[in-house]
Amino acid sequence: MAKRTIVPFGPQHPVLPEPIHLDLVLEDEMVVDVLPSVGFIHRGLELLCQKKSFQDMVFVAERICGICSFIHGVGYCQGIEKVMNLDIPKRAQFLRVFWGELSRVHSHLLWLGLAADAIGFESLFMHSWRVREKVLAIFEETTGGRVIFGAAKVGGVRIDISQDKLDQLAIALDEIQKEYEPLAKVFLEDYTVQHRWSEVGYLSKEDAHQLGAVGPTARASGLPQDMRKLRYGAYEDLEVEPIVETAGDCYARCVVRVKEIYQSLDLMRRVIHKIPAGEIETKVTGFPQGEYFSRVEQPRGEVVYYVKGNGTKFLDRFRVRTPTFANIPPLLQMLKGCTLADVPAIVLSIDPCISCTER
Amino acid sequence: MSIKKSPWIIHYDGSSCNGCDIEVLACLTPLYDIERFGIINVGNPKHADILLITGGVNQQNKTVIKNLYDQMAEPKAVVAIGACACTGHFFAECYNMLGGVDTVIPVDVFVPGCAARPEVIIDGVVKALAVLEKKQQEKVTA
Repeated sequence: MAKRTIVPFGPQHPVLPEPIHLDLVLEDEMVVDVLPSVGFIHRGLELLCQKKSFQDMVFVAERICGICSFIHGVGYCQGIEKVMNLDIPKRAQFLRVFWGELSRVHSHLLWLGLAADAIGFESLFMHSWRVREKVLAIFEETTGGRVIFGAAKVGGVRIDISQDKLDQLAIALDEIQKEYEPLAKVFLEDYTVQHRWSEVGYLSKEDAHQLGAVGPTARASGLPQDMRKLRYGAYEDLEVEPIVETAGDCYARCVVRVKEIYQSLDLMRRVIHKIPAGEIETKVTGFPQGEYFSRVEQPRGEVVYYVKGNGTKFLDRFRVRTPTFANIPPLLQMLKGCTLADVPAIVLSIDPCISCTER
Repeated sequence: MSIKKSPWIIHYDGSSCNGCDIEVLACLTPLYDIERFGIINVGNPKHADILLITGGVNQQNKTVIKNLYDQMAEPKAVVAIGACACTGHFFAECYNMLGGVDTVIPVDVFVPGCAARPEVIIDGVVKALAVLEKKQQEKVTA
């Protein structure tokens, strides 16, 4: 047996925008075991629910993570609304889907850029982020914020989008799609990209199921798992078919995300087409009493919120199970047996969001 | 002075929510593109002149931040980006948080915002250049 060496990876590492630490146990160049240690961004924000009122907690929920900020807010609001039996106007639900899907496009473009950078495609990184700026411009036009914009609130949404604006946005979405197409072509057809990611970081369908993989990581291994199939909110009226690949390697995970951008752009067009007129919020009276598990689909997979109210303005308990947390056991499985040079590409392939994970 | 013409930055995510981090990265990409001013993002603290920190300080990362700062060569400047890095924001009330970055290392420029916008971040880095120059002159005269 070769001598074992332990190589530390992180917490500050050029490929990672965020800190996570992995102790890689190597035999020569081969990774045989991985020990993760987390907690560098732990803030303990779940306990804030006992200090902030349940309505102010929306802002805290949005700051669990800056990338999937809006969907965090929606997931939390949905939990509280179920506890309080609030009926949310259809228009508000459609607007939530619109911003939610826009967040997915922005998050996937961000990931495509980082992934391209990790394999040495620097101009592809630049181009992905150039297109992403157009998505952020829509956020800014409609809400005033670029990444964290506080549009969700308990009972509906804070801001409406006028019909004129929606028509303009339909044109803007077409432009984004037109600029995105050549990028997608590189990711889907370029020989170097395929060669770098194919058969790297393999996760079988059985492992994905048993280790509890979620989101694109699960879908790339052949599990058709998508929380939007639960038809929460306006997904009731919008059919979503999960995008599934079967190869289970880093390339399959990339392909799933590339295709999901098209799916989200299509969903937003359907929202613009179908959105009903009407109110954007219901009046919230009283305090939440009871508990609920709310499940929504983030760009990275299923996120679960547990809220427990006690009839006062402060909650008893607020708990978040984020997608990256669920994807860490599958990640450790993927890393076993890979070479040291593949570690950054594989870690990035689950689209790790550490501030979600550690809260 | 060469540092002023081409400062190299290093970015560390303290305990940020990612919002400010992706805005720091957005500064490097085509719309803002700070590389045209010679500003390069590096991964090695020994190469860097300016340390950009997003997010507040907690129990686990205070030694990491201190290590990064100590490894940087003089003259060096620290820019705290976003409300969390400045004061801790509402996370200051959390049990695990120590507060802003200035609880561990000296900070030269505070950049406000939640999340801080790329324009403000660039402004903060430009302000840090003046700090660098001053420190350089002090070093020469000392």
